[in-house]
Amino acid sequence: MPKVKVDGVELEVPAGATVLQACELAGKEIPRFCYHERLSIAGNCRMCLVEVKPGPPKPQASCALPASEGQEIRTDSEMVKKAREGVMEFLLINHPLDCPICDQGGECDLQDQSVAYGRGGSRYHEEKRAVTQKNMGPLIKTVMTRCIHCTRCVRFSEEVAGVDEIGALYRGEKTQISTYLEKAAKHELSANVIDLCPVGALTSRPYEFEARPWELKKTLSIDVSDAIGANIRLDSRGREVLRILPRVNDDVNEEWLADRARFLVDGLTHRRLDRPWLRLDGKLQAATWAEALAAVGKIKPGSSVAVIAGDMVDCETQFAAKKLAAALGSTLLEGRQTGLAYDTSNLAVLAFNTTLAGIEDADAILIYGSHVRDEAPLLNPRLRKAVKKGAKVYIIGPWWEPTYAATHLGDDAGAIDALPEDVASVFANAARPAIIIGGGALAKGGLEAGLAFSARFNLVREGWSGFNVLHFAAARMGGLMLGFAQKGGIADLVAAQPKLLISLGADEVDFAKFANSMIVHIGHHGDKAAHLADVILPAAAFSEKDGTYVNTEGRVQYAEKAVFAPGDAREDWSILRALADALGVSVGFDSFDELRAAMIAEVPSLGVEGLAPYGDIPAAPAGAHASGVIGYPVKDRYLTNAIGRASPTLQRCSAELIHGKIQAEAAE
Amino acid sequence: MALLDKDRIFTNLYGFQPWNLAAAQARGDWDNTKALLERGRDAIIQEMKDSGLRGRGGAGFPTGMKWSFMPKESRDGRPSFLVINADESEPGSCKDREIIRHDPHKLIEGALLAGFAMGARAAYIYIRGEYIREAETLFAAVREAYDAGLVGRNAAGSGYDFDVFVHRGAGAYICGEETAMIESLEGKKGQPRLKPPFPAGAGLYGCPTTVNNVESIAVAPTILRRGAAWFSSFGRDNNKGTKLFQISGHVEKPCVVEEEMGIPFRELIERHCGGIRGGWDNLLAVIPGGSSVPLVPAEQIMDAPMDFDGLRALGSGLGTAAVIVMDKSTDIVRAIARLSHFYMHESCGQCTPCREGTGWMWRVMERLRTGDAEVEEIDMLFNVTKQVEGHTICALGDAAAWPIQGLIRHFRPEIERRILERGALREAAE
Repeated sequence: MPKVKVDGVELEVPAGATVLQACELAGKEIPRFCYHERLSIAGNCRMCLVEVKPGPPKPQASCALPASEGQEIRTDSEMVKKAREGVMEFLLINHPLDCPICDQGGECDLQDQSVAYGRGGSRYHEEKRAVTQKNMGPLIKTVMTRCIHCTRCVRFSEEVAGVDEIGALYRGEKTQISTYLEKAAKHELSANVIDLCPVGALTSRPYEFEARPWELKKTLSIDVSDAIGANIRLDSRGREVLRILPRVNDDVNEEWLADRARFLVDGLTHRRLDRPWLRLDGKLQAATWAEALAAVGKIKPGSSVAVIAGDMVDCETQFAAKKLAAALGSTLLEGRQTGLAYDTSNLAVLAFNTTLAGIEDADAILIYGSHVRDEAPLLNPRLRKAVKKGAKVYIIGPWWEPTYAATHLGDDAGAIDALPEDVASVFANAARPAIIIGGGALAKGGLEAGLAFSARFNLVREGWSGFNVLHFAAARMGGLMLGFAQKGGIADLVAAQPKLLISLGADEVDFAKFANSMIVHIGHHGDKAAHLADVILPAAAFSEKDGTYVNTEGRVQYAEKAVFAPGDAREDWSILRALADALGVSVGFDSFDELRAAMIAEVPSLGVEGLAPYGDIPAAPAGAHASGVIGYPVKDRYLTNAIGRASPTLQRCSAELIHGKIQAEAAE
Repeated sequence: MALLDKDRIFTNLYGFQPWNLAAAQARGDWDNTKALLERGRDAIIQEMKDSGLRGRGGAGFPTGMKWSFMPKESRDGRPSFLVINADESEPGSCKDREIIRHDPHKLIEGALLAGFAMGARAAYIYIRGEYIREAETLFAAVREAYDAGLVGRNAAGSGYDFDVFVHRGAGAYICGEETAMIESLEGKKGQPRLKPPFPAGAGLYGCPTTVNNVESIAVAPTILRRGAAWFSSFGRDNNKGTKLFQISGHVEKPCVVEEEMGIPFRELIERHCGGIRGGWDNLLAVIPGGSSVPLVPAEQIMDAPMDFDGLRALGSGLGTAAVIVMDKSTDIVRAIARLSHFYMHESCGQCTPCREGTGWMWRVMERLRTGDAEVEEIDMLFNVTKQVEGHTICALGDAAAWPIQGLIRHFRPEIERRILERGALREAAE
């Protein structure tokens, strides 16, 4: 713990801290462009120069200098002021003065810091540099003349995403940042460079010229496009969410966000169900709420009711539906739309027990039937970090391209029972071994085989739990906690042939099997379920309601409502409440707060933010056996849910980046 | 007193004899190298320290001390490396070229001795891309040394395993900076690294590394053979030994010559270069150490001692001892503007002050050359050079700033004259 003096104030800093961190601990703001907490230190912008004694009589880059005992650091001296002014002047000589037409305006580090640390005028009267635009694909708009060469984007691609997509060409003042061969940035986290870019060189292409940051209302929310539960911020203006940005949460998403979560935002205003619809004479026809509810009330289902929850619904909606079904006398609830039927009697074996942050410490990892980059893009950088620390990774399931060294052990789920000797010895000797079981393996009996693996290699030990299930649906863990699971999976519902089938945004179900049921779809997008429903009750998307979500770790998180649902659409819980009246039963709540209180009374852990306690992992069942070629649930990484499928941006991503179609730019 | 032939280290500097192993051995190279190695690492380093040899690459850091920074033994299994900087790209410098062309075995033997002294596993010789013939010679010489068992396994019969690799650069000036050279050797873009960590702690492939100039390494065998006392009998205190001077520009006979450190400039020119073109009255200025040191006007340099401290006292430096002589026919502003262009072209573009500043400085220099500027802009330019100097990752920013500072310090009246003349012309035209 070295002691340093910052501007005359003595303080102790953690060992290994840099001078910049020491200054921050002392409450001094150090301007910077290239430095970023989650990237390697580049030290190239030279904005963070400070005066350090002892040392050479020139300013030092504080981001790269280790703080050491007895240093005297000055951030307020004449030398430092001059150095900052000088660097700022250099940065601005080749930076265009186009702030009025720059999307970064208002949230631009260069703007802010030039006001705070600049000289207020330039002495540069020569010609400025201009750089041609680079193509970085459908998500990233480039104005490379604005680039200040901080190389954050380069370092992000190399270090976090693990793909060599972005780099610097040429040298000196001709340096240009570009994707190699100007191919589009393709990886699933590519758009994070937009947040990282301190200037307006890389901005969001779909968000181009949409809004200024000071016009936007900021709402804290949770991403529902996968089961990671990334913490996000919804920026809205009026009744429209205009963009989605990641929030910092070191336990979940650090500060990254997957492209498909960030850009589904325009899906929120496309293909929306904004009024009730009724199927009359085999055709969906617009109706009023009264007509639609009356139509449902008319069938008098008795207890012949079933509910299927979709992948994006919150816990409150599921709980309200559960209450409604219970009031009618049914417990036919299911959330695993595609027919998975793994044993749900113990939730501890269905959670990501190592935690997302904890998996970085694992030293041997078996990925069992999960295409991590498609199913949980934010987990992949964590695995990469583990590999960088020396972990060995093995994959069972059809090969996909990880961004780190990994060994393929075959496509068949049975491979887990026949590990090669060297692999077995790696796991046997590992201090912190882990398994990650994905949906592909769960479908082939992988849960039991995984438990057997866990028992064989002692994955759960003192201070370490290496048994993980990686879900794909944001609603999954919450649904399981609320009892949305039948022993036989959705087949039980099919067998019951319910008179009334309520779909809570369940767009992945094969409804053909429910030909004799009246299908009431409570959803927000005109997607697969809406086409087959008998009654459509328009509901709110995740951005339009408060809600509780539980991610794959079992982490309870709360999202807030950013905007109102469009048209006649209502929040889901109020629709279910109205359905109760239409069906002549009582569900016991009249407001959202009452609903939430009832839910917490029933499942107390949903009332506490953070990891829900699930208890211990049980012994493996005898004779566990998995077999069959694993198939991954995600066929198209951009179009995984109803919102994404409605989003023009993600459709374009899918067409260009996955299917290789080149879309002609409209003449500008 | 001039350096006698018997005291020259580079006895085949002009290529009057073949470069090959047989000829080199006839000149005394590789003569019982085993015995030199048997003195032990500490003794070799002590001898180098005693000799007072300062690095010949420009910065003048004591070579023996540099070697002693290397870890005595590997604590974590990492090997150590010696990197030899043959990326001689400094405008004016051409000594390493002569050494490699005509005396490559001095370098290879030096590599073995230096590598042994610092416990290095291998030496990497990074040779400038443009040195095509020289690289061919060097490859052949290394081959010869391997075939003769002088390097490689059980090098020179000493029981020490030592490899020598030759790596060709691709023509970037910045790759002569030691950490950029390491990056380049690793196959990356040649951009200097942040220090600390210094190469002696984490250099090539993250292993302890020392980067030395060709001349520093090539003189080592002779120093060890003839003794530190012999070497330090030349030159002044703190500036010992002999040195290759490379005189170019407006002298009668430009040449590369080995001379005693601290030889007065006038004697150096008179003895070896046939004097200044047009006589001593015609001398305008001298850049005494390669393009990155400030120029020195004629009256100050004439009797100055040519060594590190002597030139430092004049506000310049010895650098690589690449002496660029300019007579009064020189357009001095244009000459420095050309150097500014060189630094703009060679800036790696990594850090801001150098990337943006070198272009700015060149553009203003171009206007000063033609006089198309305001007198105040001279001060502004000086201020800009100060904003670059000392604010960058490596020394290229300093190297770009110093020539301009030297020009403004010594030739300000000339710059002002051009501006005023041009202004008068403009006024007359209006």
